[in-house]
This record gives sequence, C-alpha cells and structure tokens, in this order.
Amino acid sequence: MFSGMLSYQFMVNALISGLLISICAALIGAPLVLKRNSMIGDGLSHVAFGAFAIATVLNVAPVEFALPIVIIASFLILRLGENSKIHGDAAVALLSSSALAIGTFVISVTPGVNTDINSYLFGSILSIDHADVIMSVVLAIIVVALYILAYNKIFAITFDENFAKSIGVRTGWFNTIFAVLCSIVIVLGMRLVGSLLISSLIIFPTLIAERFSRSFRGVTIIAVVVSVLNFVVGLTLSYVLSAPTGATIVIVNLVALVSAVLTDRLIRHRD
Amino acid sequence: MGKLLEAKDLTLGYPSGDVIKDLNFVVDSGDLVCVVGPNGAGKSTLIKGLLGLIKPRHGEIVYHNLVQKFIGYMPQETKVDANFPASVEEIVLSGTLNKSGWRPFYSDEQRQKASEALKALRISSLKDRHFSDLSGGQRQRVLLARALAATSKLLVLDEPSNNLDSSSRRDLYGNLKKLNQEKGLTIIMVTHDLDHKNLIGNKILSLRTKPYFYGSTEQYVQEVHRV
Repeated sequence: MFSGMLSYQFMVNALISGLLISICAALIGAPLVLKRNSMIGDGLSHVAFGAFAIATVLNVAPVEFALPIVIIASFLILRLGENSKIHGDAAVALLSSSALAIGTFVISVTPGVNTDINSYLFGSILSIDHADVIMSVVLAIIVVALYILAYNKIFAITFDENFAKSIGVRTGWFNTIFAVLCSIVIVLGMRLVGSLLISSLIIFPTLIAERFSRSFRGVTIIAVVVSVLNFVVGLTLSYVLSAPTGATIVIVNLVALVSAVLTDRLIRHRD
Repeated sequence: MGKLLEAKDLTLGYPSGDVIKDLNFVVDSGDLVCVVGPNGAGKSTLIKGLLGLIKPRHGEIVYHNLVQKFIGYMPQETKVDANFPASVEEIVLSGTLNKSGWRPFYSDEQRQKASEALKALRISSLKDRHFSDLSGGQRQRVLLARALAATSKLLVLDEPSNNLDSSSRRDLYGNLKKLNQEKGLTIIMVTHDLDHKNLIGNKILSLRTKPYFYGSTEQYVQEVHRV
C-alpha cells in the first residue's frame, strides 16, 4: 500500500513536507497552547487565506506574497496581547473573519480567476511542489535547532513570562521569533491541510500530549510523536479512502484526542 | 551593612497615568521590607519597576552591588497556571537561567543552586513531583524556591501570603525570616496582611497616603495607632 502511495511524486512531496511541518507545528504549538494563545494560530491561518486569495488575483506567487503579510499580522496580534486595553480574543476573531471575507470577496469579483477557493480553505496535496519541500526542510532545521539550543528559556517564558523577563531572558526577542516561525508553519501547512484546518495541527498534539505527561519536556516530546503519527495515519487513510487529506488528518487527531481523554478518565477513575 | 538599592524621586505608571509619584526610599542589605497599601495604590507596579519590567517615567532606581537580573522574584501564586505541565525540578532550575548567558544547557553549578534552594525550603522530596499535583501551599514554596535559585542577595515577593491557610502562612513567614536572618537575604515583600503581628519585617513602606510612609515597623505601628 505504501509503495503504491509513494509511486506518485506528489505523495512523496506531501509526505516529506507534511512530516516536517507536523514536527514544527507541534513544537510551535506547545507554547501557544500552554500560554492559552491558541487563537493566534487560528487568526493567522485566516489571514493567510486572505493573502493567498489576493496573491491569486494579482497573479503573484502565493507563498512568497502571503508570508510577509502573515508575519506582520502575527506582530500585530502579539502587540494586542501586550496591550490589555483591547480585548485580544475579540480582535483576533475580527481579524479572522475580516481576512476570510476579503479573500472570498476579491476572488469572487475578479473576472477570469477560476481558482478553486476550496483548495485554499481545505488544502490540496497536489499543490505541494519541490520548493515547498525545500522550505519545509529549512523550517524544520531552524525550529528543531531553536528548541534544542533554547529549550530551557522557552520553558521559562511559557511557564511564567514575567519571571523569565525579570531574570534577563529576552522574552521580546523569543516572542518575535515564535511569531515568525508560527507564520511560516501556517503558510506552508496551509497548502497541505488548508487554512481552516491548519490551526488544528498546531493545537491538537499538545492537547493530546497533556493527557500523557505532566512535565513540559514530556508534553513537548509526546506532542511531536503524536503529531507525526497522526499525520502519517491521516495521509495514508486519505489515500486509501480517496478522502480529502486535511480533513482526514484532523479527524485522526480528533479521534486520538477523544481516546486519550477517555483513557485518562478511566485511569483516574480507577485510582 | 550598606545600601542595596534606592529609589530616587521614582515615578512609575502606564500610558493611562502615574501610579506611584516621587517615591524615595533606601533598602539596606539585610532589611526585610513589607510594602503595604490598598489595591490600586501601586504595590504591583512598584514590583514591576524593581524588576525592570516597566521603566521609570521619572526618577530612578539605583542598585548597589546588585544586577537587576539577579533579583529573585516570586509572583502571586494565582498568576501562575496551576495546571501547567511542569515538574518541580524544571521550574526551580529555570530560576538559574540568569546565569546561563548563551549556554544552552544547565551547568552543574546551576543544578547545585537549584537543589540548595529546594533544600533550604525543605522540599527536596518534591523534586520529581508535578506542579499540578501539589497543594497551593506547596506550589507557593516551589515558586519561592525558584526565586531563591535566582538570587543570593534580594528576594522580591508579590503578596506571598494570599490564598494560604493560616498554618501555611505561618510556615511561609517562618521560612522568610530564616532566609533573612540566617542567609542574610534582603527581602522586599508586598503584603495584604495588615495584622500587625504579621508585619514580619524591620521596615515598612506604606503607599496608603501621600506623602508615602517609609520607616521602621515600630514607628509605623505607632503612627497607625495614633490616628
């Protein structure tokens, strides 16, 4: 079955790119979820959709066009979080729906554009080309290296940002790096599973891992393993069932989370 | 003993306005200062200023023989997510990050400092436990141990006795007095606890009325009773 699946070049591209993005999404997701900032991932993915749509209308390369826009949006959202006067969650929700509306609008009113909006919303593994694979490799190297070299600081910032700042950890610098990396994960991952589904790749693994470990190291490692496993199972299932890849991966994650929660309950109940 | 830090005409606040205005005080090495005042008087703002989380809008804080990042800070227990997945060891070790510089991993010296902090608060046995499994009082001690791991000179504590039952509170105050007297640590502590016998320090900074009161605890108690 695997050899059949991998006889298609686009499946090989999707597998490599997807594996690497799954690793990155889990690593970037852990601090976002634990700091209760999951909404940022969701907001950015909608901005990415809007940017892809505009790129299509302008007839420019979508990834290169979307990336800087999403990065700028991520800085804006971070700022909102720092400024307690504005309701951060409301602002993110507004940004999401506005970006979605603008994207849909420009594509619909521009004559001659016949791009299938669905492939932006729900992903299309056919669209993953050689350049995406290379970008995924570079991204994965950066994210993994950052985690290995700055793991202790990432923990400190995630657990208690004020304390980390007080002992001289450069929290602003780390927040910026994370915002940029999160943007790249979203823009690349969106090709695979679509803008409506990409945030689940960031959020599910950590939520599942939290059922199995109560240390930060444990949650991080398990999240990566879970993310990779769920991606491989999801991709394979979607091939076998001829089902949409993004939706299948998300459903596999959902099933994994529900099973993990039920198992957790069962074990605790027995104690 | 000598000065450890002093605030000179210190004004702190936010774009919306000043919270603390023209505050002057000197903390000597070995002092245990209780900061009192009603909500909104600027107690937490003062702490943020001491830690360098916000910059003075006017005036300055001068440190003598002390680098700001080597202050051990303990936040209010409620400001930290009690369900966060972390082991006690991970948390206390993170207090020593001010010694890391560009080094990616903890050194033996840092591990030593963390285990001394656990020992000083008699929680070495909790080392491998998880934060979410602990009681409120235990969590408080872990956060105090992390602050201790960050400093050998000055502890800054934000309402450490909040949400503690009376026996944990006695425990905490006992620990703080011990650290102050036996290890010679200077402590600045924001407190809500206005019970005079719980003003455990030798000095009081009161942000209640202007001009601010700063002086010995006896002097403060006398003034309060006179009014």
